[in-house]
Amino acid sequence: MRASTDAYLALLGKDLRVELRTLRSLPAMALFAVTTFVIFRFALDRTDLEGGLAAGVLVTTLLFAAILAINRLFVTERDEGGFELIRLSPIDRTVLFAAKSSALFIYLCALELVAVPVFTLFFLDSGAAMAPLIPVLLLANAGLAVTGTLISTIATMSTARDLLAPLILLPLLVPLVIAASGASEPLLRAGGPEYEDFGRWLGVLGLYDSVFALVGYAVFDFLLED
Amino acid sequence: METPADAIGDEPAISLEGMTRDFGDRPALAGVDLELGAGETLAVLGPNGSGKTTLLRILAGLLRPTAGEAVVLGAGLPADTWKLRGRVGFLGHEPLLYRDLSPDENLMLAARLHGLERERARRRIAELLDRVGLTHRSRDRVAEFSAGMAQRVAACRAVLHDPELLLLDEPDSHLDPTAREVVGELLGPAPGRTRVIVSHQRERALAASDASLELGT
Repeated sequence: MRASTDAYLALLGKDLRVELRTLRSLPAMALFAVTTFVIFRFALDRTDLEGGLAAGVLVTTLLFAAILAINRLFVTERDEGGFELIRLSPIDRTVLFAAKSSALFIYLCALELVAVPVFTLFFLDSGAAMAPLIPVLLLANAGLAVTGTLISTIATMSTARDLLAPLILLPLLVPLVIAASGASEPLLRAGGPEYEDFGRWLGVLGLYDSVFALVGYAVFDFLLED
Repeated sequence: METPADAIGDEPAISLEGMTRDFGDRPALAGVDLELGAGETLAVLGPNGSGKTTLLRILAGLLRPTAGEAVVLGAGLPADTWKLRGRVGFLGHEPLLYRDLSPDENLMLAARLHGLERERARRRIAELLDRVGLTHRSRDRVAEFSAGMAQRVAACRAVLHDPELLLLDEPDSHLDPTAREVVGELLGPAPGRTRVIVSHQRERALAASDASLELGT
């Protein structure tokens, strides 16, 4: 257990160090999200959004920004032999799944530190919804992270990886989008946050996260086979 | 408690019988038979495309044989591949190094994945980098290194955890004569170390080996 924890920390530390050094994913994600908000602002011709529309714009923008990081998640492992390094090491390979999911989770949280204030500035009357949005976004991030890591692994092994990841991932994320939007919709209403069905949607998000974390744990080892 | 290493006893380190590997319809290895004792060195020779790298990857547990029997360090492949993990040092065509990390960081990552205690790993890394003459570049990114320098770091990675079986695919690639000598010593025979060396330098490989295997003939 101690060896697995140390290997997990080593792999997570490696990913964060490489990202901080190269800034390959985070700036692109943040720029994509901000640009998309600008496009929505002109396309909808609205300076304020509320309820379901606001939730939809926020959740889909974050989702598509996440795909940029998901597509790049295993690039260094594929190009620089990281998969082989893991396969030669005496560790449970699901440690890599846990480390990559955690790295993606951290990227998504970092993205939201930029994207959510910009969204509030562009479309909302006040920042009252920001605090109650935190648990929704954290649970949505966890779901995106485990599902994204799983699909990114499958896509990385394929030659059509850039196409495959979104094609498989987006249908799998539909329940997560429904639950995250459902939880966010009452929080983003014009009169201020309301908590109608809030707990139920958080429960759905938690269930989604648990199911895909278990699926990832169960199949990840097989995905790394030749 | 019996460890995978204890289970070997006097058995050969590597035993292959009719080992075959196909890629689609194309056979890469066809019916290879081999027996290599523990502590011995095998030279694998043959022209390009004769399956030398495929053989090494199967022995490392990175590739599944299509047919035949393979027992490596007491582990039947592919079923018991897990028993090999951490006991094999592999130096392939790619250095298996993250380009945006330094040699220090790359080797510490490998050490932690192999469960080496941190302080011991630190000492071992310093010693290995000193042996290959890269102490002064230990904190620079591998991306800034020449192919030969990266190969020297990769050689350190291959022996970092004192593997029982060392699989070397053209270990001299990109190395100048001095570096070849230094890396040759690092990857050379050691007590309890079985080695398989793929090489195009026939005379050199045969001189350093106890046995040879000619593929593609």
